[in-house]
Amino acid sequence: MTMAVTVAAVDTGRLARANPLAKILACFVLGIGALLSGDPVTPALILAAALGCLSIGGINARAVVRRGWPILLSAAGLGATTLLFGDSDDPLLTALAVTVRVLAVALPGLAVLLTIDPTDLADSLVQHARVPARFAYASLAALRLVPLLALEWQTITAARRARGVEAGRSPVARLRLFWSVAFTLLVGAVRRGTRLAVAMDARGFDSTGPRTVARPQRVRPSDIALLFGSLVLVAAAVAASLALGTYEFF
Amino acid sequence: MISGGGARVRARGWGWRHAGRRSPAVRGLDLDIEPGERILLLGASGAGKSTLLAALAGLLDPDHSGEATGELTVDGRDPRTTRDRSALVLQDPETQLVMARAGDDVAFGLENRAVPRESIWPRVDAALDAVGFPYGRTHRTDQLSGGEQQRLALAGALALEPGLLLLDEPTANVDPGGAAVVRQAIRAVLGSTGATMVLVEHRVAETLDMIDRVVVLEPGGGVRASGTPSDVFTAHGESLAAEGVWVPDLPLGTPRRSAPGPDQLRAEDVTVDPGLHGVSAVLTAGEVVAVTGPNGAGKSTLAGVLGGLRAPESGTVRGSADLAGPDADVPPHRWRAPALAARIGMVFQDPEHQFLTARVRDELAFGPRRRGAPDGDVARLVDDLLDRLHLTGLANANPFTLSGGEKRRLSVATALTTSPPVLILDEPTFGQDRRTWLELVDLLAAHRSDGGSILIATHDTALVEVLADRVLPLDAGRVAASEVAR
Repeated sequence: MTMAVTVAAVDTGRLARANPLAKILACFVLGIGALLSGDPVTPALILAAALGCLSIGGINARAVVRRGWPILLSAAGLGATTLLFGDSDDPLLTALAVTVRVLAVALPGLAVLLTIDPTDLADSLVQHARVPARFAYASLAALRLVPLLALEWQTITAARRARGVEAGRSPVARLRLFWSVAFTLLVGAVRRGTRLAVAMDARGFDSTGPRTVARPQRVRPSDIALLFGSLVLVAAAVAASLALGTYEFF
Repeated sequence: MISGGGARVRARGWGWRHAGRRSPAVRGLDLDIEPGERILLLGASGAGKSTLLAALAGLLDPDHSGEATGELTVDGRDPRTTRDRSALVLQDPETQLVMARAGDDVAFGLENRAVPRESIWPRVDAALDAVGFPYGRTHRTDQLSGGEQQRLALAGALALEPGLLLLDEPTANVDPGGAAVVRQAIRAVLGSTGATMVLVEHRVAETLDMIDRVVVLEPGGGVRASGTPSDVFTAHGESLAAEGVWVPDLPLGTPRRSAPGPDQLRAEDVTVDPGLHGVSAVLTAGEVVAVTGPNGAGKSTLAGVLGGLRAPESGTVRGSADLAGPDADVPPHRWRAPALAARIGMVFQDPEHQFLTARVRDELAFGPRRRGAPDGDVARLVDDLLDRLHLTGLANANPFTLSGGEKRRLSVATALTTSPPVLILDEPTFGQDRRTWLELVDLLAAHRSDGGSILIATHDTALVEVLADRVLPLDAGRVAASEVAR
């Protein structure tokens, strides 16, 4: 959890070095392509091509599976549910289509997310998407405090027990304890956030003047190629599916 | 690496009242600080030290956050227009760092001040170098110890090349080893700049070699004393100590010891992963055991296991028949919470984690009430504790709004309200002023005299010196040496 929040989990390979916004947009294109097709063949082609490109781009398939197993599991679950309870003419085909579509949307997205460093993303949002620096970097700083919250939750619960308060089996008591812990956590989080804001302002974050960037993010030809490539990939998959006579619009 | 030299500070009848407060935080302040002068700013809790530093940093805005009187200038100008001349380091390491990588964090302030890109990285490297930061630019900030984080925060301030360096208790939240390294970094920084410095710090003795003058703020307003450390402490040492300042060379009272009674709580060959490897410990009635050791040695883990908050993976923890009654064959982590609270009082490092109610009085009454004590008895007990802790005036205040010292005293008192035979405390004196420290020692010594057992996980050598009957030194999760009887 700490890893995913602070630093990209996969930080080598060609794709890892690409511009984060270009990567996100490319995934978006793939996802739209997969969602708009109602047959199993088109998303399967998109998924297969995307996975091929990812491995060329230096993404470790094992790392993706390790972090992506809930997605695999829910895709399979969704497929099984459709198969058992669906009311279409061909439940097997529909189930397959649903499963492949979920995988085609989620897997490339996850794989790419694992290569994005939050700092690079904030830089890129500010420099290319004209997101206000104040918003981007404040969010980034707040994100750094998130892993602390899980630890804090454990500590507060232990402190409650030390004072003789624990939920036991009663659901009412559990809910009350939950709110009490959440309130204490919230008070601490607000206080921490306030202190962080003061520290940031003390270093000129509240200045309204111009700001320079220490880490210029570049849009390279390869980033344009990535984006263009994702469009071509979707178009090719749709074309192949049309040629095979399998394509169905959602 | 300083441009423009040290800043000049001047205050004439200056005061500040925070919005929503009735009385001013600072009033009637007359003060002159020469360029390049190094000042130690002292004063009781609530005397307005942090407010003055925030004002000098240009962070107080009379349009929104409060109301100013008199005049306060940096280099003859309103501090809000001289923000580029000042840099502020605060006490909490956790909330001072903004970025995920060390170099990016130092660069953050430079970006905000629109320093040209080609100058940013040389200045970052020079600042990291000046504070003796042991890692490279790309080192992750969430993997730093408290002392390292504060050194990085100092580098972030130094990179701004300030004429006025403002340090608000930079070592208060750092363990003693880390604090020494932070002070070392401050000395190195002072050696390399001509900046004016204003330092707020309770631990006076350790800072004397880096300051030219001591200024003491009077809680009611104005300056009580100003001069060389020896002049100020000769004339005002006693009164400052009474207000909580750690005046150098004042005794902390004679060591108090006691003879051990029967066993109360025993851990044998306890292992917790990660943290403890085969540690055994005994706590007997009427004694104080100090668990010492560097960060990560397993002090808090051992406290948690003995206190019934963590299950050991192997080994046994048992209370005596006297302590545990029917649960004498059951490890404390299986005891029901009300029984646990009645037998073992636990004091956490952060008092706020333990508060359960919205009033100081309710906080103290909580334990006894749950045990079914009659209202009259509860009221008497609470009044007595409020009096002993000097919290009577705050009986109806919200515990979260108390000062650090008041919160600490309250959290110890709440653990004592159920009269538990065993008391376990995690770093109870961390960051406390002298007055709170002495009151805690009194409170704990009294509990021991009544036959209570106390286990303290602590870095505080003075506390060990004054109170501990035995020391259990831990290192890397093991008992480092045979227990030291004192």
